[in-house]
Amino acid sequence: MSDQYILEMRGITKVYPNGFIANKDVNLAVREGEIHALVGENGAGKSTLMKVLFGVESHEEGEILLHGKPVNITDPISAIDMGIGMVHQHFMLVPSLTVAENIVLGREPKKYGTLIDMAKAVRDTQEICEKYNLKVDPTARVRDLPVGMKQKVEILKALYRNAQVLILDEPTAVLTPQETAELFVELKNMRDSGHTIIFISHKLNEVKELCDRVTVLRLGRTVGTADLDGLTEQEISRMMGGRDVILEIQKDAAEPKDTVLSVKDLSLNSSDGRPILRNINFNVRAGEILGVAGVEGNGQRELSEIITGLHAFTRGEIEIGGESIKGKSVKQIRRMGVSHISEDRMTYGIAARAGVEENVISDRYDMPEYCKSGFLRFKEIHKLTERLIQEFRIKCDDVNQPVRMLSGGNMQKVVAAREFSLEPKLSIVNQPTRGIDVGATEFVRNKIVELRDQGTAVLLISADLNEILELSDSLIVMHGGEIVAYLPDSQKVTEEELGEYMLGIRKQEPEEIRGVLHEC
Amino acid sequence: MNVFDIIFTTDFGYMIFRVTTPILFTALGAMISRRAGIMNISLEGLMLVGALFGVIGSTYSQSVIVGVLTAVVASLLLSLIFAYFVLKLKSDLILTGIALNLAASGGTVFLLSILCGDKGVSTSMNSLVVPNIEIPLIKDIPVLGEIISGHNVLTYVSLLCVVIVYLLINKSPMGLRIRSVGENPDAAESVGISVIKTRFIALIFTGILGGLGGAYMSMGYVSWFARDMAAGRGYMALAAQNLGNGTPIGTFLSSFIFGIADALSSTLQVLSLPAEFIQMIPYVTTIVGLILYAMNRKHKANKLRARL
Repeated sequence: MSDQYILEMRGITKVYPNGFIANKDVNLAVREGEIHALVGENGAGKSTLMKVLFGVESHEEGEILLHGKPVNITDPISAIDMGIGMVHQHFMLVPSLTVAENIVLGREPKKYGTLIDMAKAVRDTQEICEKYNLKVDPTARVRDLPVGMKQKVEILKALYRNAQVLILDEPTAVLTPQETAELFVELKNMRDSGHTIIFISHKLNEVKELCDRVTVLRLGRTVGTADLDGLTEQEISRMMGGRDVILEIQKDAAEPKDTVLSVKDLSLNSSDGRPILRNINFNVRAGEILGVAGVEGNGQRELSEIITGLHAFTRGEIEIGGESIKGKSVKQIRRMGVSHISEDRMTYGIAARAGVEENVISDRYDMPEYCKSGFLRFKEIHKLTERLIQEFRIKCDDVNQPVRMLSGGNMQKVVAAREFSLEPKLSIVNQPTRGIDVGATEFVRNKIVELRDQGTAVLLISADLNEILELSDSLIVMHGGEIVAYLPDSQKVTEEELGEYMLGIRKQEPEEIRGVLHEC
Repeated sequence: MNVFDIIFTTDFGYMIFRVTTPILFTALGAMISRRAGIMNISLEGLMLVGALFGVIGSTYSQSVIVGVLTAVVASLLLSLIFAYFVLKLKSDLILTGIALNLAASGGTVFLLSILCGDKGVSTSMNSLVVPNIEIPLIKDIPVLGEIISGHNVLTYVSLLCVVIVYLLINKSPMGLRIRSVGENPDAAESVGISVIKTRFIALIFTGILGGLGGAYMSMGYVSWFARDMAAGRGYMALAAQNLGNGTPIGTFLSSFIFGIADALSSTLQVLSLPAEFIQMIPYVTTIVGLILYAMNRKHKANKLRARL
């Protein structure tokens, strides 16, 4: 039976050194010349399985068969030599080199025995481009290319190395709908010319449109493999099982008061001149949660960093409680009553090696309550820490336990304890529940609502649709650095509608978007 | 005598080439390291060791070639030690560099005092110098001939090295790999290029170039070894490659700027200014150069940011 499969993974078990079982007895069998989907929720073990296949991670149990023969894949090089290619989610390209240079890197054609035959490199690149109908200029510098093009370069890299099996790890996550459509045509082309493709995704409509068969993973185990013909999205979804636990948050209607945060005509370019934010205008009022929805990388990160003072801005104006923050330091802005939960927890959220206590007081150590004539008042600090550990249900051994020893959820609770306990006027909350367990998620979300009810203006940025629809009172959608929609009542928004705005398929008229300024 | 009488002479032009040579060698070495992603401050030490071993090698073999080779091999070994610590044992780049520089500074004096009982200079050793050569035809051109002919062989080798390093970095497979390793090690690793191996190779080139720079100091620039004779040239070289934006041609040009500064500080000592003030010139140039470089980069970035 097995000879009909080009690739088989049997009984793969992968345990990470910290004891986390990412794959347990996983089976995957891929036929030659098919597009095989690998689906599952975040954390289902898809990426780990592919890392095992590509030799990035080793596995404890199980075997891999290629063309029916067991193989030992020890590192990416051996995987490449066996004809396995991988397009990583984060591109593995050298920005300052040309497309052709990136493609031949490591296998450069030579002339005079020592120098690179650049003309041949360009010709070879062009040849594969034409063969698979992938349009890329071989002499362009990679740093000048849009994301969709960079992805093509990654695919070409694998094809140049004669990849027969091509793994694509969530390739559409960074693409526009047009680029996605183009990619699908190209992938079907490749399949028709005999390549086998493993397509990792959790977008079922894409899987349905592109793939021939599907293997579903759930919580590190194989649920099953099926033909996609005659399978509905609902059925796959059921196999994936326990969709993100949908947490119902109890909250009353918002009672917004005065405007706390006002952002006017804010624009920003990246250091290489690409626009990141274009003419952003919005207001957030005390006692409301304004959600910012959007595919990641559409300016949300920069927006939150600018408002909290981590990133400078020159064009436009930002006022908090009527006072401009232009030129103010992070500390000055914080003392104006701004708190910030950063999406980058390990960099801006916590000091990993410092204790719970040190993390908690890091924004207030010099306030008179905790510091007297240059000395810290440890009695007060202990009291505060103990109180916050109680209130935020932080599970830790003692107040001095390094935060890196805590679980993700408890780490985030430490951040929340610090950021929510100074009665902020404004709270910038970016991806507050990313990568943390259900219990902590529910806790943090409830805290955010509590904060709102106390009269804090909350700006909630999240890529989690569920979270943004559940938690925010009204929301704006960002696409390409612009606000493309203002939706005054989150309860009335459907995921489909939101999706169209997020992908830039739909855009509101400027008058509608102006609604977020609440002028009347 | 005024400043211009000193500067606008063929002697001064000749001198620029003479003093640029060691900086150029070392800056090219620093550049290769940097392109591989290693900020290499150990060049000062490489030069010192190269300089001493050039003297030792030529004294005991009475052969110029053996002398230069000894210098190169000694510097290369030191560079490999640096590579071993930094790449294999993952020690800190800067701390390892400082340690090697201090060890080279003390170690060369120690060795010197054992060999000739003097802790300052090696004049009691019968070391050789690399000869000067006249270039046929060019030497007969007025003015130009006097400036660019009649230099030490190593000066011409350093110019040749600019071409070689250019081909290595920009045109050869190894250069492409060095650049990719320096810019995005993950990308290099993903296509099967060993980051550590590539960096080792880059540090070998750096060692050779640092050794040549050192050999020139004690076998051309002067004919003896003196304690700490590199006098900060290894750091100037690092600044020069930075100013040259990590390109071979840029490094070549900025090395000349440092050479001019160095030449000025030697020549202007005849003026009635305090000698310490004049000797400051190359170092002030380094600082000014780095400031200008940083300002220019910031200005460019701001311009792009402001564009709508």
